[in-house]
Parts: sequence; C-alpha cells; structure tokens
Amino acid sequence: MATSASAYENDIKNLKATELTLGLPGTHLQQNVPIIDQEKSSASSSSNKRPLQLSHEETSPAQDCGSKCSNIAKNTDDDAAPPPSKAKIVGWPPIRSYRKNSLQEQSEAAGGIYVKVSMDGAPYLRKIDLKIYGGYPQLLKALENMFKLTIGEYSEKEGYKGSDYAPTYEDKDGDWMLVGDVPWDMFVTSCKRLRIMKGSEARGLGCAV
Amino acid sequence: MKKAAYSFPEEVLEHVFSFIVSDKDRSSISLVCKSWYEIERWCRRKVFVGNCYAVSPPILIKRFPELRSVTLKGKPHFADFNLVPEGWGGFACPWIRAMAGAYPWLEEIRLKRMVVSDESLEIIAKSFRNFKVLVLSSCEGFTTEGLAAIAANCRNLRELDLRESEVEDLSGRWLSDFPDSYTSLESLNISCLGNEVNLLALERLVSRCPNLKTLRLNRAVPLDRLPNLLRGAPQLAELGTGAYTSEMRPDVFSNLAEAFAGCKQLKTLSGFWDVLPSYLPAVYPICSQLISLNLSYATVQSPDLIKLVSLCEKLQKLWVLDYIEDDGLEVLAASCKDLRELRVFPSDPFGLEPNVALTEQGLVSVSEGCPKLQSVLYFCRQMSNAALNTIARNRPNLTRFRLCIIEPRSPDYLTLQPLDDGFGAIVEHCKDLRRLSLSGLLTDRVFEYIGTYGKKLEMLSVAFAGDSDLGLHHVLSGCDNLRKLEIRDCPFGDKALLANAAKLETMRSLWMSSCSVSFGACKVLGQKMPRLNVEVMDESGPPDSRPESSPVEKLYVYRTVAGPRLDMPGFVWTMDDDSALRIS
Repeated sequence: MATSASAYENDIKNLKATELTLGLPGTHLQQNVPIIDQEKSSASSSSNKRPLQLSHEETSPAQDCGSKCSNIAKNTDDDAAPPPSKAKIVGWPPIRSYRKNSLQEQSEAAGGIYVKVSMDGAPYLRKIDLKIYGGYPQLLKALENMFKLTIGEYSEKEGYKGSDYAPTYEDKDGDWMLVGDVPWDMFVTSCKRLRIMKGSEARGLGCAV
Repeated sequence: MKKAAYSFPEEVLEHVFSFIVSDKDRSSISLVCKSWYEIERWCRRKVFVGNCYAVSPPILIKRFPELRSVTLKGKPHFADFNLVPEGWGGFACPWIRAMAGAYPWLEEIRLKRMVVSDESLEIIAKSFRNFKVLVLSSCEGFTTEGLAAIAANCRNLRELDLRESEVEDLSGRWLSDFPDSYTSLESLNISCLGNEVNLLALERLVSRCPNLKTLRLNRAVPLDRLPNLLRGAPQLAELGTGAYTSEMRPDVFSNLAEAFAGCKQLKTLSGFWDVLPSYLPAVYPICSQLISLNLSYATVQSPDLIKLVSLCEKLQKLWVLDYIEDDGLEVLAASCKDLRELRVFPSDPFGLEPNVALTEQGLVSVSEGCPKLQSVLYFCRQMSNAALNTIARNRPNLTRFRLCIIEPRSPDYLTLQPLDDGFGAIVEHCKDLRRLSLSGLLTDRVFEYIGTYGKKLEMLSVAFAGDSDLGLHHVLSGCDNLRKLEIRDCPFGDKALLANAAKLETMRSLWMSSCSVSFGACKVLGQKMPRLNVEVMDESGPPDSRPESSPVEKLYVYRTVAGPRLDMPGFVWTMDDDSALRIS
C-alpha cells in the first residue's frame, strides 16, 4: 500500500515537468490554486479540480506547451483512474484548527475576487478569479483561451492594436477602463467586471482621449 | 520552631532562597530537611503546575500560602488536534475561586489549554488588587465580556496575552473599557480575536502606555491604521500586524515604510494575514534588526519570501509556510547564520499531491548552513533515511525535532524502507534531544533506538508507527527522562503498559488513542497504581458494556496526589480501586 502510494507520488513528480498550469513557463503555481483545491479535495477525488470547469478546453491547451493552464486539463487528459479520495483522519496532519481555518479563510477571502466576464456576442457570461493570475499576460492568455480569440499585446499608446477585441473593465467608480492601463495590483483590487469589446467599438478605444 | 545552634536564622535562609528561582531547584531545597521545607514553602512566590489534575487547589494553597504567580496547564497536548472531545475538563474556575480567597496579592495567572469562563475573568478582575499578568494560551470558554471586566478593573495590568485562545467575540467594545488613566500596559496580544476592536480606543491606549513593548494585533486591524499605531509606540520590540493588505496606494506604502523605519527597537514581527506582496518591502528597513519572524500566515510565494528573509541576518527564529520551498530554505541557510528555530507549516495539508517544491532537501540545507539550529518543526511530503542521517550528523545540537511527513506511514521515498535508521541517527547523534515527534513508516526498531539513545528525551509524540508492544516497551523502559508520551493509532497494547506501570508514576502523563489497550488492562492498571489516574474515554458508551478484551478508544494516564477527579463528563471513566468495580 505504501509502495504503490509512493510510486504514484513518483509518477506525479515526473509529470510536474509537463504539468499544465495557468501562468507563464517558469512561474510557480499561483498560491491560491491549491488552496481552492483544498476545499474540493474532500468532495471530489481529484484534488486539482478548480471550481471553474474548463471542460471544453481539455485538448487544445494541452498542445500549447508554452502556456500553462488549469490543472483540470491535465486530469481530464489523464487516462489513469483518479487518485482515491482520502478519508480525512481526525487530527491529522497535526495542525491547530485556527491555522487550518486561517488558510481557508485567506483563500476564501483572497480567492473571492471573482468577476464576471462578458464578451460581445457571446450568449452567456463567464466568471474568473483574478487572484490566481500573476499579471496581465496570464489573464489575457486565459481570456483568449476561454473565448477562443486573439487579443494580442497591450501597448500604452495604442491599446490592443491589431486585434478585433479589446478587454475592458468596470472599475470601482463605475468607469469603463482598458485592461492594462494601471498596475496589476491596483487593477485586481479595483476591477468589478470584465467586458471584451468587439469590432469597431474596440478599435476606437485605443486612440481615444 | 527548634533551631540548632549552628543553623542560620530563618531570615537569612529565606534571603538565600530568594535567589533560587527554578522550580527544580526549589523542589530540591524543600527536600533537604523539614525546616528548609517550611521556610521554602512560605517564601515560594511562583508555582508551575504542568497538569491541573495532578494536584488540587486546597493542596496547593495549603503548601504555598504566599504565591504571587501561578501557571496551570489543563488538557493534554493532543487536544490541539481535536482528539480530546468537548467537555473533557481543564476547568479553571475552581482554581480561580480558591486563589481569589487565598491569594489577595496574586499578580500573575498563566493558563494553557484550560476552559475559562467570563465568570472566572470577573473574579480575577475583582479579587486581585495588584494583578499584573494574564496569559490565556490556547484557552476557551470566555467572551469579550470577560475581557471587558479585566480591562475595566485591573489598574496595574501589565500583560494581557490571549495567544491562540478561542474567544467568543461579541464586540470590539471591550478595549474601550481600559480607563483613560490606565497607562501600565507592556504587552497586549489579541491576535486570536475575530472582530474589529475599537480602533480609536486602541490607538489612544497604545500611545498612552509608554512601556508597551509587545503589541500583537488581530487580523481585523487594517493595514492603513498600522502606521499611526507604530508612531504611537516607537519603543515597540514585538509587533504582530493585522491584515497585511490594502488597496494599492503609494501613500499607504510610504507611510507604512516610514513608520516601520521609526521603530528602532523592533525585533519580532508576526501577523501578515492576506499579504499583498508589493507591501512586503515596507518592512525591509528593519529586517536587519529582526531576531524573530512569524510568516506562517503569509500566503506569498518563494521569491517574495526569499527577498525578505535574505535581509534578516540576525534572525534566530523563523516560522513560515512551505511556500518558501527548498530554494528559499537554501537562501535562509546562507543568510541567517544565527538561526536557532525553524518551523515550516503546510499550505495545503489535505491536498493529495505536493503543491510546492519543498522536500527533505530544504531541511538538509538549513541543517548544513545554520550551526546554531536547535529546534525544528517541519511538515513535508517525502523523507529519506539518508537525509535524516545527514541532518543528525550536521546538527548534533538539536534539542527539539518534530517531523511530520504528511502521508501516514510513508517510507523512505528512495529506498522504500522504513525510516527507523534515519530517526535512529537523530536520537543517537543529538544527545541533548528533549522533544521528538515521529512520522513516516516505522517499525519497532525505531523505538529500540529511542530507548537506547534517547536518554534526555522528555517528550515523545508517535502516530501510525510500530508493530507490537515491544515498541512501547523500549520507550518506557529506556527513556530515563521521559515526562510526556503521546501515542495515536499504534498497535501497542496491554503487555508493555502493565509491565512498565511503575514508570508511569515518574512521568507527567501518557496518552494513547486508537491503540490496542484493552479495558481489562486499564482496570488492572488503575487498581495496581493508586497514585495514577487512569482515565478511559469512550464516546460510544460505557466500556463495561463491551467485553474486557475490547480496546478502549482513548486512554489518558497521569500521576496525581489529588485522587480521581470529580468533574469528568459522561464519556470519561476513571479506573481506580473503587470505580473499577463501581462501573459494573
């Protein structure tokens, strides 16, 4: 039993190199991803499932080795049976409850930066957790994957020139801003919702004011 | 009292004794002769009771009539991990009532793992005119109303420390009950409180207490209020921040950095809930003076942790989450040559797979680079005998070694062998080891090593280990200085326990849960050893409703001069001479 568990752990370590996670190559796994997973780990057998199910994305991000995406992709690709869900042992690992609660509260509080994302022309909205992205590149990549479009690169002068799409957001004051104008930390704390504008409206944004 | 012609007058002896402060030495003095016993007991000012049920309030008061400081501990250590059911005991009230009558000049009360009621706090507040120190460590049962009574009445209070207690936080209003004329606060720890305290009252309190050295805030104190608090107490030596996050505003940051820089005496930092990494550099100006850093709530990644830690060249104590990873620990080993204590906590304790790159290597690096390392608490997911061997040889000066490999019964991940040899190396090389916690796949052999080499070992924690009674027997028969032994989920049973019954009187306590000790053996032990309380805990019903050979759920054995306790809840049965028969 111990043998198979550690053999399994070895397999997991080897898989780490090809693991697909959200973020640029070389960046570590965002801290809140596993903590969110922790809440689900008792419910689902896969500890890496996140609340947002990108089930229709299972194959395409796998090809894109340059970008990491949700661990879900890895799991849905994984042919082996998911690891058996672990019955929690009382008092193990030996951690004080206030510590456990604190980690959970922080992930809930910190992971609570869920914003709705709408795209012009799309029938329904999506919701994403801003806290899990390290910065704008990761966020934009994720939006591109989610809506199957190309947003391209941000430039201060010209916005998202060359793209049919412009990611915008509504900030705390109710104004619609172009994603990328303010520092990432400021964006995360002031963004209320995202909207991916399309077409002429989008192209107009870059050269305004 | 008859005095021999050649003996010193009492007053002289008393004066000499006043320089002897350690409990052990005081105990030794009292055993010299009857007159020394008498003199000593009248001038003893401070008492430590490691198990509140080992003695009773009347016995304590009768022997030591002039105490100024009392420390009591209640529940067994495994209560920290929810292994002791609610209502088990450890009630402070009888003690506090008794002391209120007997010690009007009592100054200090320190309680750990006890149940404290608001009523008890009110009694404290009203009974001791010169009350100075209240420390409630991992206690529960009281609310902020009780705190209000303390704040309102204890004019000479120096220290109020609620570390890790569970307080029913009804309102933050209690802090305002410190009168405006109250200025003697030296230490305040409210980090466990859930609600916001009255921030204005806090600021005023902090700025009017010139001797305030320790201030540990709770999470609800927002970061943008911290600079004001710091400016009100530039003499602070120990600070626990509240939530370490805010809307990213440059003025908040510079204000904070300036305030930190103004605290030239600040040596200890903790708190750091909800850390926004871009605010961490605000503490950089004082890193070089820090000796203790608790980042165990800071959910930030390795690079941010590395930047911070590498500036703390005087660091002696670091508590951190495993986000620091092996890389971070390597930097720690290179930067912090004065490190004495390291604790690494798991960020994802229930995850099935590792979420961080923290392995045994991190600990090995620290053991190599930090020559003064004495105390280790390390959570990880893999370990090897080779690593443990290296650690043991690198650091024979370890005194506390607690290793938790998260998956129970994990073998050496390289060889798939048990970790007996690795832990054996630890006890063999670390000759002054006083505390040890085991984990991983372990056979009886590790206990043989422990019994052979662990001569200074005082506390041992065991889980999911061993093969037979022999394991327990090795420990009980070999560890000469063992005081506390706590065991869970091990195949240890009657034979070893009964064969070593006498040993149990030399220890403070023994805890065994989910082992193979039968009800019958517990009864025998209780009958054989009248100076032990043998308590059986079983939430599924009276143990005598099952065959004598059935294993008991939980067993807690401790030495006592107070006889069986009278405050046991329905799920605890004591196995003493009479009750063992009384049950049936």
